[in-house]
Amino acid sequence: MFGIETLSGNAQAAALVGVVLVEAMVLYVGYGALTAALGPTVRKAIGGE
Amino acid sequence: MSVFELFGMSAGMLALFVAFGVLIGVLFGFFGMGGSFLVTPALLVMGYPSRVAVGSGLAFVFGTSVIATLKHRDLGQVDYKLGISMIIGTTVGLEVGKEIVLYLEELGLAGNIISVTYVLLLGGIGLFVTYEALKGGDGGGVSHDVDGDADIDADDIPELAKKIQSYSLPPMITLRGGVKVSLWMILLVAFATGLLSGFLGVGGGFIRMPALFYLIGVPVPIAVGTDLFEIMFSGGIGSFLYAQSGGVDLSIVAPLLAGSALGARVGSAATSIVNEDEIKIYFGLMLLLGALAVAVRQAGNYLGMGVLDYVSLALILGSALMVSGAVLYSAVKSMRAPSAAGSSTAD
Repeated sequence: MFGIETLSGNAQAAALVGVVLVEAMVLYVGYGALTAALGPTVRKAIGGE
Repeated sequence: MSVFELFGMSAGMLALFVAFGVLIGVLFGFFGMGGSFLVTPALLVMGYPSRVAVGSGLAFVFGTSVIATLKHRDLGQVDYKLGISMIIGTTVGLEVGKEIVLYLEELGLAGNIISVTYVLLLGGIGLFVTYEALKGGDGGGVSHDVDGDADIDADDIPELAKKIQSYSLPPMITLRGGVKVSLWMILLVAFATGLLSGFLGVGGGFIRMPALFYLIGVPVPIAVGTDLFEIMFSGGIGSFLYAQSGGVDLSIVAPLLAGSALGARVGSAATSIVNEDEIKIYFGLMLLLGALAVAVRQAGNYLGMGVLDYVSLALILGSALMVSGAVLYSAVKSMRAPSAAGSSTAD
């Protein structure tokens, strides 16, 4: 995945950990923005307001 | 492996991993621990080799802890001195734990021994949490209404921690909250939790957080923040070590993480509106059912009954679904209650 298989040994292991780290940070920022944008609407909808 | 292999995975499996991730995320976001240790047994039940189940479990824990640590960073609930000391002991423990797994795998015993350890650990903690919940006590979970800046009161330090703090084996270090303890004691606790972390493929939070409180005497909020910081490193190091032996499968980790990051947001939001005590008993039951699931799978292997693997998987998913559902149901109920009360008293 992402060409990681072309790397070998330690480089491949480091790349795998790096991909997980980048995904986590992207998800943190992305879901944060999503929460800020949609959070109030969802709360209102669930709260029956 | 090409990028399409992630999507080449059957749609059902992909959806299962994302949905399982959401359930785990809700649990992690709400309780501040728990959930991630369901990944490795679930992967074992699904037939993944021990190395992949443990390695991918660690990589998932790493990603989840990065997200959680980012959230706790601004709350000042991380003791970096303690965290770095823990990392040293944990790294050694992780390496030893990994070597034990690889050795047991060569002997063909890894799956069995990891499963039995899981049953004992999950079952033991599950019994403790359920007992405390039924008793109405405070144990077995992370309290949400804690003050990270407060110094610890001597009366709040557990007796065992006082005993450990009394060992003046130099070098002594002073931690946040005014706790003074021998570095060797910290390294010992870190090694033991790192060993379990590497052996079971878990972040070790559900072991290390109570250990920091009950054994070292660190205040709960600092124990949680420092634990998350430390899990980030131990999860990263553990993932790296397993990735070297081909134990990290991104097609498992990526969808799980995508789901859990979303679930954690929902779970965290629920903490401010749901009474944790209402949910704690479900959490204890989930741990017990998790232990039962692994035991059922082992029995299936022993008896040669493949159908028990599916019973086991259903138990794991069902228990996570039950507790996440209870959290979400209570959250929605709480949100609707003030609204209903407000409408009746309007004007």
